[in-house]
Amino acid sequence: MSIGIIGKKIGMTSVFTEDGRQLSCTVVEVRPNVVTQVKTDETDGYSSVQLGAGERKVKHTTKAMKGHFEAAGVSPKIVLREFSPPNPDVSAGDEVKLSDLFKEGELIDVSGTSKGKGFQGVVKRHGFAGVNDATHGQHNRQRAPGSIGASSWPSRVFKGMRMGGRTGGDRVTVKNLTVIQVLPDQNLILIGGAVPGPKNGTVELRKKK
Amino acid sequence: MATDLINLVEATQYRDDIPEFESGDTVNVHVRVIEGEKQRIQQYQGVVIAFKGSGSRRTFTVRKVSNGVGVERIFPVHSPRLAKIEVIRRGQVRRAKLYYLRDRKGKAARIQERRR
Repeated sequence: MSIGIIGKKIGMTSVFTEDGRQLSCTVVEVRPNVVTQVKTDETDGYSSVQLGAGERKVKHTTKAMKGHFEAAGVSPKIVLREFSPPNPDVSAGDEVKLSDLFKEGELIDVSGTSKGKGFQGVVKRHGFAGVNDATHGQHNRQRAPGSIGASSWPSRVFKGMRMGGRTGGDRVTVKNLTVIQVLPDQNLILIGGAVPGPKNGTVELRKKK
Repeated sequence: MATDLINLVEATQYRDDIPEFESGDTVNVHVRVIEGEKQRIQQYQGVVIAFKGSGSRRTFTVRKVSNGVGVERIFPVHSPRLAKIEVIRRGQVRRAKLYYLRDRKGKAARIQERRR
């Protein structure tokens, strides 16, 4: 057992509670993962459990990775993710199942890579409010960043000044999401609210810290 | 594949006791209202002017004119809070969204009854 598991985001829908409330939820498919490596302080300098999910074709696996999977005695996997700290009783080749890990009502943290949004301005990227009014002679200012610094001192723009640029595609963790339902037969878990990333994206589900 | 799994989840949410009705029909919706500990049933009668969404998230909008004020309520079709939906009258309409009723009142807002 580990403290987390790898899943695939399927999409969003909503379910009704018994008292009639409608909850939005994300459907995540979690097929059984296998432990591909157990890292320990002695051998790796830190401890974690590496899990693999999804079958990779042997012809698409590099020789280096073939060796890695052979060492664990498992077939090649598409996705590998590490979860730490590990439980002491895991060993390579063990299967990790969704139903063993999470139950309904539990709080979990979900990590994934957010959808790429391309080059975006400061309003979307940093939540700036834009400058000034729409009227009173204003023009082209509604989504502008405003001043980025003073003049002769410091005569430069400070590092880290928030400006427009590539947005999204970052690793994002959403914390304290509720597990609404676990469907072990279908390998599905329903998580309350939204989860980072596109449909079919890889997400990591962890027990709440 | 992905939509199959969504459908699988939504299939568990469907109610099978909902009568068939369409835009233009007059319905009486019995809504369970929870007030603290007590629960009672409130009736809301009006014309269905729109259906929106699909699957378990499908909703319908019911419009009525109450004391001269137009009121519209949106209900999820499969909500467990709906105790009963009675179809009072079938309406003959030519479009799915009857938003034009908002601009009309009195005689102009009538809908002809559909003949079998």
